[in-house]
Amino acid sequence: MNIIVLVKQVPDTTEIHVDKETGTLKRAGVPTIINPDDQAGLEVALTLKETIGAKVTVLTMGPGQAKSMLHECLATGADEAYLISDRQFAGSDTWATSKILSEAIKTLDYDLIIAGRQAIDGDTAQVGPQVAEFLKIPQVTYVEKVHEVYQNTITITKAYEDYKVVLNAKMPCLLTVLSDAYTLRYMDAKRLFETAHQPIPTLTNDTLSIDVEHIGLKGSPTRVKKTFVKAVNDKRKPLALNPEDAANKIIESLRSIS
Amino acid sequence: MNYTDGKDIYVFIEQRDQTISEGSLELIAEAKRLISTRNFNDEVVGVLLGQNIESLAYETIYHGADRVIMCDDEHLLHYETHQYVDVLAEIVKEKHPAAFLFSGTINGRDLAPRLSARIHTGLTADATHIAYDETDLKSKTLMITRPAFGGNLYATIICPNHHPQMSTIREHVFEKLARDNKRTGNIDYYVYPHKNHDAIKVLEVIDKKEKTIDLTKAHIIVSAGRGVSNCIPLVKDIAKRVGGSLGASRALVDAGLVEKDFQVGQTGKTVKPTIYLACGISGAVQHTAGMEKSDYIIAINTDESAPIFDVADLGIIGDAKAILPILSEKLQNQ
Repeated sequence: MNIIVLVKQVPDTTEIHVDKETGTLKRAGVPTIINPDDQAGLEVALTLKETIGAKVTVLTMGPGQAKSMLHECLATGADEAYLISDRQFAGSDTWATSKILSEAIKTLDYDLIIAGRQAIDGDTAQVGPQVAEFLKIPQVTYVEKVHEVYQNTITITKAYEDYKVVLNAKMPCLLTVLSDAYTLRYMDAKRLFETAHQPIPTLTNDTLSIDVEHIGLKGSPTRVKKTFVKAVNDKRKPLALNPEDAANKIIESLRSIS
Repeated sequence: MNYTDGKDIYVFIEQRDQTISEGSLELIAEAKRLISTRNFNDEVVGVLLGQNIESLAYETIYHGADRVIMCDDEHLLHYETHQYVDVLAEIVKEKHPAAFLFSGTINGRDLAPRLSARIHTGLTADATHIAYDETDLKSKTLMITRPAFGGNLYATIICPNHHPQMSTIREHVFEKLARDNKRTGNIDYYVYPHKNHDAIKVLEVIDKKEKTIDLTKAHIIVSAGRGVSNCIPLVKDIAKRVGGSLGASRALVDAGLVEKDFQVGQTGKTVKPTIYLACGISGAVQHTAGMEKSDYIIAINTDESAPIFDVADLGIIGDAKAILPILSEKLQNQ
């Protein structure tokens, strides 16, 4: 069984702060991480590899520095990794990104594709379903748990707002998984050493030959018109109160408002 | 799909078990407000899929839709990605809507991206604000604003050359219109071009065991952050005493101390209760993005420069761990 895992290197958004003076994001020195939902996706794939045997291939689109993340993925147990990178791909929105990813996937063998539900920098949750559509395969999004694979069928629990559904999906299919139920294992020290020099091929548009009308900024139906940080509205100054007075003040507010 | 403009704003009406989702009705109201700002002669069209759903089509009109396109078919009884995308893609190809809006529910965010890929148009995710281009009164281009980078940054997205302009829109950001059964509108019966899809088979539907209060409907939320991570039962107790619900910052949910259902913020729920009491929450944008619309915000934090105080109506510099036990006692004696 061949599993492809889609991963993205993202800034750790919990470490990003707004500079109130300039109204911009303080991004310098913010660490990058493997997107949390993608970590869960990789863990699902590695678990399947252990239980039923599978070849796990990790795929990312991004700049050259994303290779360090792919090396981490190899060290946790992935078998192969590809970097999709080309200047022509820069500025792609989710439509164009999904187009590029799906064309790259078509050059590989797969029974199952696992993506994270969404990336914490964009929070769109769109790339998974769009890749599935371009590949014309079924999708199951918001997967909380993967139970088992039997022949060409995979059994899954999908989370909804206030209920869950257990379902069977025929493979090949694409899953987007949530980070809640899976924690990515640590890198294996021995594998880290073994895979340190494993080549990570780069797929460019020379190999993928995608119509330039469908990639990069030019191939993106959406445009970012502007970005801004939220204006900080100065409300009242906070009060320094002792616990007793603070409690009284809160009760007073609760009474007068609710 | 390239068109110069397209006509009408379509809203996907999500329903389950004969109930329309709140978010869909909120979008009807917002779309109606949008078209009232221009003289395009556009209508708000609800698109409703399911089985035995005629009464829901009327509900859609009673809540403000000018027209409903309804596809009533046994294969559409339950939401299923492939079946629903097939129908919506056909409708779009036939009618050329200017815009197509979806509620940012789990189904909406499953369906809209797949549809956008099929019909080759742009989709903006999880928007919180939508407006026409102020600088061009003749343009139908929508300026769709959404939070990104965990709510630290807002981006306004346009889709200038492809139609329909698509967006998923966060629930509970807009207010739905009051139901008025004197409103009238046409219902178009759409015949479903059925294809067989058997890739997904539902084995079991599990209702979540713990029926917790719906956070988005709570009038009072008492919310816990890192500063009170070791006294969550106390926060719960206070929430109970004031007849409210527990809330939590992402830090506590990530640490496994509070269930995900209670998370407020960019990656959790968007809430606007009458009173929001933030205990030991520093107020990262990630969190405030989900609660700053609350009517009255009370914040307790030891750090006087904590950003939570920027959105608070009543800010208290102090240790929530010391204040909450006294508060609990006083509430008990009332």
